[in-house]
Amino acid sequence: MNNLFVYLEIEDGIVSDVSLELLTKGRTLADQLKCQLEAVAAGYQLDKIGECVFPYGVDTLYIADDKRLAPYTTLPHTSLLVNLFKEEKPQIAFMGATSIGRDLGPRVSSALFSGLTADCTSLEIGDYEDKKQGKVYKNLLYQIRPAFGGNIVATIVNPDCRPQMATVREGVMKKEIRSPKLVGKTVKLDVSKYIPDTDFVVEVIERHIEKSKLNIKNSSIIVAGGYGVGSAENFKLLFELANTLGAEVGASRAAVDAGFADHERQIGQTGTTVRPKLYIACGISGQIQHIAGMQESAMIISINNDPKAPINAIADYIITGSIEEVVPKMIKYYKKNSK
Amino acid sequence: MSFKIVVLAKQVPDTRNVGKDAMKADGTVNRAALAAIYNPEDLNALEQAIRLKSKIAGATVHVLTMGPARAAEIIRESMYRGADGGVLLSGREFAGSDTLATSYALACALRKMGKIDVIVCGRQAIDGDTAQVGPQVAEKLGFPQITYAEEIIDCTAKKITVKRRLERGVEIVKGSLPMVITVNSSAPDCRPRHAKLTMKYKRAATLSEKQDAGDDYTNIYNVYPYLNIPEWGVADIEHDIQWLGLSGSPTKVKQIENVVFTAKESKRITASDQEMEDLMKELITNHTIG
Ligand SMILES: Cc1cc2nc3c(=O)[nH]c(=O)nc-3n(C[C@H](O)[C@H](O)[C@H](O)COP(=O)(O)OP(=O)(O)OC[C@H]3O[C@@H](n4cnc5c(N)ncnc54)[C@H](O)[C@@H]3O)c2cc1C
Ligand SMILES: Cc1cc2nc3c(=O)[nH]c(=O)nc-3n(C[C@H](O)[C@H](O)[C@H](O)COP(=O)(O)OP(=O)(O)OC[C@H]3O[C@@H](n4cnc5c(N)ncnc54)[C@H](O)[C@@H]3O)c2cc1C
Repeated sequence: MNNLFVYLEIEDGIVSDVSLELLTKGRTLADQLKCQLEAVAAGYQLDKIGECVFPYGVDTLYIADDKRLAPYTTLPHTSLLVNLFKEEKPQIAFMGATSIGRDLGPRVSSALFSGLTADCTSLEIGDYEDKKQGKVYKNLLYQIRPAFGGNIVATIVNPDCRPQMATVREGVMKKEIRSPKLVGKTVKLDVSKYIPDTDFVVEVIERHIEKSKLNIKNSSIIVAGGYGVGSAENFKLLFELANTLGAEVGASRAAVDAGFADHERQIGQTGTTVRPKLYIACGISGQIQHIAGMQESAMIISINNDPKAPINAIADYIITGSIEEVVPKMIKYYKKNSK
Repeated sequence: MSFKIVVLAKQVPDTRNVGKDAMKADGTVNRAALAAIYNPEDLNALEQAIRLKSKIAGATVHVLTMGPARAAEIIRESMYRGADGGVLLSGREFAGSDTLATSYALACALRKMGKIDVIVCGRQAIDGDTAQVGPQVAEKLGFPQITYAEEIIDCTAKKITVKRRLERGVEIVKGSLPMVITVNSSAPDCRPRHAKLTMKYKRAATLSEKQDAGDDYTNIYNVYPYLNIPEWGVADIEHDIQWLGLSGSPTKVKQIENVVFTAKESKRITASDQEMEDLMKELITNHTIG
């Protein structure tokens, strides 16, 4: 009772990164709240899920295994969570801010009348004082999220309703196992008890899901290009630098919109969030929506011909110059000085 | 056969073009400084609705919007592009709504609109940015939902087939009506205003707009009833007051911060060979690269 739940997103029997990231965060928060971390898996042939999630510190894993539960459709997964949450009364529930989590989360929150905060970038525990009612709430979940197109950051709380629900995008939280030796408890759910047959009204006729090929998120060095790179041709310079350094190439939305780079390389609020060891921003002005996706990089180098580019405010090294001049020099002097 | 399509559309501040005066000194949003626009994905939704209407004999498209008096603009704009009409839901009681209270209010108004076959909304509004209202409206009405729609492929009296655009691919799904569909920005853009319809509906107005204008066009509105945009308040919908506005909102905003970046200490470098070589050496020595 009153534990912290994470809904596991599963594709082809594999738990998605975003769910593992949420388990990592959930474990830390559960320790702080002195409660248990519980996970729910719904799908088909889920025997291997335990091995995958227990190392993250899951105390109890609930499994709903039924052929009709994969691929995901809204109503059956909703009923499962709603009915399970009615029994277990979690204080907190997390899911990915993905096309599944953002389909499921609002539906579950509406059925339980519990608030839901979308796209959180940070989750913390803290107290809240309702001045009007003169009431202090202890140990609430602070759900911190950008809104208004990234121009403001709001801290949202859920004082009275449970569970306090939040979605988080992939790549925003860190993924870290607690210990490879951990093994939790598994509870197999009787699917027919939780999900009425009438829920299977939407049928998936066709499905093409690609494994994401590109892995900018896990790259420790990123060379990112913006509109200032000028052309797809010039972007090749960035690929050359990236190859030399063992890096991946990222892009701003303006560069993607201009056709210099593929959409899957976009970094920022509506792209991927990254936190590499080194981020080299080439011809990127540093608008808020871009910065939202890379400001936690350990080191930032900005290459821009405008000495006043906004991105310089968060850069560790500011190189004032053109891409065409600076990037080839970086390649040259890296090669010269590395063995 | 009648076939009723309702589009949910929201008037939003244009957060994509935020100027310096968009934030007040106290960190709150200065809505007055931002242009009010038709939420972009709701225009994609309207387009899907109008296309669907054209394929089904006897189908109609109505727009429901909740907002202040000026949100009537959304209904007129929809009519210029091919909607048959719409309803403005407005009132102080709805202020301070989070997504659940918003969905509850919209669901009450939708129930009053009669038997609905398809509800089409945008995936997400660009101010609140939650993408929660569509699925929550569906839950409140007990309708199934198809989110992230890119195209309505087929629709019969009982079933609808939709192509969804997901992060890493596409899915084609089929479900039974009534249904809520939320539409992505990857769907086709909305058609522009139609010149004839724009002429026809230019004077369409809500009662409060007519009163504010002070013009005496009573005659016109009697002769052309389609120029009357219905404006509903709480008294017009069947509701339980505790689920509306602040009391119907489980989430509370504890704090809002205007995003400002604190400058960190940074090192300025020119593109000279000497400085570039020094930088690369430094990065190699401190193991940032290599
Ligand atoms: C809702 C919303 C979501 C968004 N999401 C994202 C997102 O996820 N990611 C994102 O990146 N953006 C996003 N944006 C867009 C964002 O607001 C900016 O428009 C975008 O980041 C600008 O890209 P840029 O810096 O490459 O281009 P610009 O702002 O045009 O900057 C180009 C820079 O290059 C410099 N430059 C020009 N020529 C050279 C040269 N030869 N050598 C060196 N420097 C040069 C210029 O001085 C300038 O600083 C979003 C916007 C909205 C409204
Ligand atoms: C800074 C800030 C953060 C917020 N965070 C949260 C949060 O995390 N959780 C939460 O529950 N609420 C939150 N809210 C409140 C939320 O923005 C409002 O409830 C808003 O009315 C609806 O949410 P949305 O703008 O996100 O719409 P979305 O859910 O993104 O809208 C989806 C679609 O629903 C339809 N729709 C939405 N609103 C209307 C309307 N008024 N009339 C007609 N159709 C409509 C449109 O088709 C739209 O495209 C926040 C508000 C602010 C200012």
